[in-house]
Amino acid sequence: MSQSLKQPNRLREGGRIDRARTLSFTFNGKRYQGHAGDTLASALLANGVDIVNRSFKYSRPRGIVAAGAEEPNALVQLGSTEAAQVPNVRATQQALFDGLTAQSTNGWPNVQRDVMSLVGKLGGRFMPPGFYYKTFMAPASMWMTYEKYIRKGAGLGRSPMERDPDSYDHLNQHCDLLVVGAGPAGLAAALTAARGGGRVILCDEQEEMGGSLLDSRELLDHQPAARWAEQVVTELAGLDNVTLLPRTTANGYHDHHFVTLHERCTEHLGETAPTVDGYRPTRSRMHRVRAGQVLLATGAHERPLVYAGNDVPGNLVAGAVSTYIRRYGVVPGEKLVLSVSNDHAYRAALDWDEAGREVVAIVDARRHPDGELVEQARARGIRIIEGSAVIEAKGDKRVSAARVATIDAEAFTVTGQAETLACDTIASSGGYSPVIHLASHTGARPTWNDEILGFVPSLVKGVHAAGSARGLHDLAEGLADGSAAAARALAALGLSAEAITLPQVDARREGTACALYQVPHEKPTLRAPKQFVDLQNDVTAAAIELATREGFESIEHVKRYTAMGFGTDQGKLGNINGMAIAARCLGKSIPEVGTTVFRPNYTPVTFGAIVGRHCRELFDPERYTALHQWHVEHGAEFEDVGQWKRPWYFPRTIDGKKESMDEAVARECLAVREKVGILDASTLGKIDIQGPDAREFLGRIYTNKWAKLAPGRARYGLMCKDDGMLMDDGTTSCLAENHFLMTTTTGGAAGVMEWLELWHQTEWPELDVTFTSVTDHWATMTVTGPEARKLLAEITDIDLDRDSFKFMDWREGRVADVPARVFRISFTGELAYEINVQANYAMHVWKTLFAHGEKYGLTPYGTETMHVLRAEKGFIIAGQDTDGSVTPEDLGMQWAVGYDKPNSWVGKRALSRSDTRRADRKQLVGLRPKDPKVVLEEGAQIVFDPDHAIPMPMVGHVTSSYYSPTLGSGFALAVVKGGQSRMGETVYLPMADGKTHAAEIVGTIFVDPKGERQNV
Amino acid sequence: MFLIYCPYCEEHREEEEFHPKGQAHIARPADPEACSDEQWGDYLFFRDNPRGIHHELWVHAVGCRKFFNITRNTVSYEILETYRMGEQPRFTAEYPEGKPAEAAAARAEEVERQEGVKA
Repeated sequence: MSQSLKQPNRLREGGRIDRARTLSFTFNGKRYQGHAGDTLASALLANGVDIVNRSFKYSRPRGIVAAGAEEPNALVQLGSTEAAQVPNVRATQQALFDGLTAQSTNGWPNVQRDVMSLVGKLGGRFMPPGFYYKTFMAPASMWMTYEKYIRKGAGLGRSPMERDPDSYDHLNQHCDLLVVGAGPAGLAAALTAARGGGRVILCDEQEEMGGSLLDSRELLDHQPAARWAEQVVTELAGLDNVTLLPRTTANGYHDHHFVTLHERCTEHLGETAPTVDGYRPTRSRMHRVRAGQVLLATGAHERPLVYAGNDVPGNLVAGAVSTYIRRYGVVPGEKLVLSVSNDHAYRAALDWDEAGREVVAIVDARRHPDGELVEQARARGIRIIEGSAVIEAKGDKRVSAARVATIDAEAFTVTGQAETLACDTIASSGGYSPVIHLASHTGARPTWNDEILGFVPSLVKGVHAAGSARGLHDLAEGLADGSAAAARALAALGLSAEAITLPQVDARREGTACALYQVPHEKPTLRAPKQFVDLQNDVTAAAIELATREGFESIEHVKRYTAMGFGTDQGKLGNINGMAIAARCLGKSIPEVGTTVFRPNYTPVTFGAIVGRHCRELFDPERYTALHQWHVEHGAEFEDVGQWKRPWYFPRTIDGKKESMDEAVARECLAVREKVGILDASTLGKIDIQGPDAREFLGRIYTNKWAKLAPGRARYGLMCKDDGMLMDDGTTSCLAENHFLMTTTTGGAAGVMEWLELWHQTEWPELDVTFTSVTDHWATMTVTGPEARKLLAEITDIDLDRDSFKFMDWREGRVADVPARVFRISFTGELAYEINVQANYAMHVWKTLFAHGEKYGLTPYGTETMHVLRAEKGFIIAGQDTDGSVTPEDLGMQWAVGYDKPNSWVGKRALSRSDTRRADRKQLVGLRPKDPKVVLEEGAQIVFDPDHAIPMPMVGHVTSSYYSPTLGSGFALAVVKGGQSRMGETVYLPMADGKTHAAEIVGTIFVDPKGERQNV
Repeated sequence: MFLIYCPYCEEHREEEEFHPKGQAHIARPADPEACSDEQWGDYLFFRDNPRGIHHELWVHAVGCRKFFNITRNTVSYEILETYRMGEQPRFTAEYPEGKPAEAAAARAEEVERQEGVKA
């Protein structure tokens, strides 16, 4: 075989690529060509690109090491435009498409010539774990400055700065059996379950289903293994009870068999989803699968050996070499040295040899390897060096030679003279680690299996593992295991599986593998050339040894100290080697050292896929009142209150100039105080309470008395938690003897509803009472101001006479010819009527009010004016003037507390605790700034002595603060320690800008202290 | 995300429909005024945090609005049972495999006795 001219490492034939379709791509600004079916990694290797990145800490040149999700080095930044940027894409998992543009995520100014590598070269041996923290520690204040430059030099990709043109979806899925992984075990499992009639989802992270069968040398039913995979996939695709999800990674195993699958729908087609008929399809989908049972057929990751210089480009794991040759028709070098601890890895040398390139030698750590693959290699005349290993790779930007020596793995020593073999590629295999990540997500700790030299998953109920994922690496065993596991899973659900005829596999004799992780060097680990364990985070064997010497014994501590496994690859290649090294240094076994915990996600997931459609206007639902359209048409600025959009203020345009908020609010305030204003108060929570025990219930849940509230009357109530702290307030009206209407704050409505249900259902189920939320059913319009009565009288049949319809009364009647409840409740201190009508009549009533209101100067006002007016009256807002640590007594609202009620209402007992009786509790007071032009900042801290040395004792803070057009000055509500007994005293508010404001403690009512205006 | 069986709706629903409300079976003292500050403080502020079996109060917030109890293993997150207000758990720290038959019978009687409970 020879190679194509443009792609020096591409074989003329073989592989699963389509040579008829040539694709162009750009890497680090240079154009290359590959073929359909390539990954970016296989295309780069085909073009002989050795260096794909610079390492994280030492800036050493790095090449492609693996062929799948475990790749630690080949992280690229994808995207030809700003909006299309995607960071940290593994080139081994990115399908090649025409026009693909990628850059190395690391390396400055570029990967070939990297300034930071000087740090690695010169400072290299002086960069132990914790180097940055130890070196740039003092002064502490400078760390932020150092860090900025360290990060610039390190860096791991960047986020796009422009809006993502793509869309993403979430999909809820249900199935009997979820099979993760479509290799031999997964395919056999899915087929078994599917033929039995179970609802099956089969997902696989690769471009093509088949897993290891796609590059296997073995025959199934006397034909290439990939053929069998194709046949099974074809059959499964034709079954209605099967959902096949290729290009779909099971990234997280959450509670109760809830698994999140991330399907990349268009990422193999372009950097953004290519439009079809002017429509841009979903780029990726998050499948939220709730499975009956889950079968993990996730295979295994090959462990590389840890030897000196094992990070120089040209060092690969053995299986990746086979994958590149057999699946992509790419030989990643000319001369191979293979260093192994097991038989299986020999196939890399056989594949290399068949590709027509030179196998310099196979270096086997075992003294007498004798399996079938070993014999095949011998028969081809390949040199096998027994009882030895590659102890060091030589070379700078590419491997130039391998130093090979006989070793004693158990004694961890080099026993013979090293021989130097010229080569450009070193492949290694230290065995196979089952992919236990998803099983670990369930919280089950994996257990070490000495026979397979790896951790196997522990499984919680309903989870099964099959094949390589539980250490059964033999093909025939894996197929049978997958089928059996599927049958077990279905049986657990009470479903029957159908036995399938498994394909015939020729039995193969394999020799026993030996345990080898870190390869000894002539020099001790701390002085040997760097032996890398975690390539992505630049963690060396020496770093782990040093960590154990410094006293880190727990593997979790070693991990955090060295940063092993903290990269985006989560240490898929390096973790077991790292644990083995820690175990050796600590004189323990690997199971004694234990493993670290894997957490979701298995591979990085873009935020787009996590967010799905829940972004921008669909991020959170918006609630509109029945009058919303009117507010929009009249130029209201809106404020978010919970999910509600409430008019904030209504700026007018006068002489072509739009009012500022302050101007609009001042005008609205004066309109209410002098004429009449109207507020859309529909968002107030409204709960309809009925039943013979409704009154009793109110008496227990509110702090004040309800026993004597007559039909036609309303009362303001305070609601506390049982710790005595105010949680909500509002008025409740007696509609009839057994029927009340409770109002709550806008934001507190749902919480209060749940609160009422909690007490009724858990503590007082004997009370006969029901609660119904009617917030959306009624629209509420507050007409308030001296002219309110005259205006309302024009359009209602209700007698508004001041003596028959008194303050805190409510009446039923008609307003604007529709049925209405009118409540004489005031949150402004002025004469006020709250008109409640069925929500769908609200616009009609509102417009009728305006038709009649012009002559009275009817002015719409928003929440800001509402706040100013209520604060002028000292009316609190629960959640603004209170924060869950304020009692009714702290608010000076003893008048609303029924101390002598017969029951121990919610919150009562707590009011007599020693803490709630303290005299120095923070209490609500008014503040009048000494400079009337000053409007204090809400949240500003209060001190008694502004000359006190810093830190000053802080004694309270401002809760509400506004400018009052009525007073012509700023004013505020605040909580101050012992404030109620400090009337007339001066407090100080030191501000961030260095100014200190002075204010006088006054009562909380600033306007109409006697409350005469609301009673007119 | 949990999959929770609502004992009132008698269906498994996603956790998104429910709110957790803390430890279950915390009875409010019958006569709060008779409690010492310490007793009242215990009732208000102190909760168990067991490793293993835990009884929790939940509400089917966007479903039937009913409060009910869950027996959950805080290590494995397995939900062993859900039961209505007024009922007692079958799985407890004492009986992690479920109460034996006689205890279960006693429980049935208990439920019988609480038939009047409207919850």
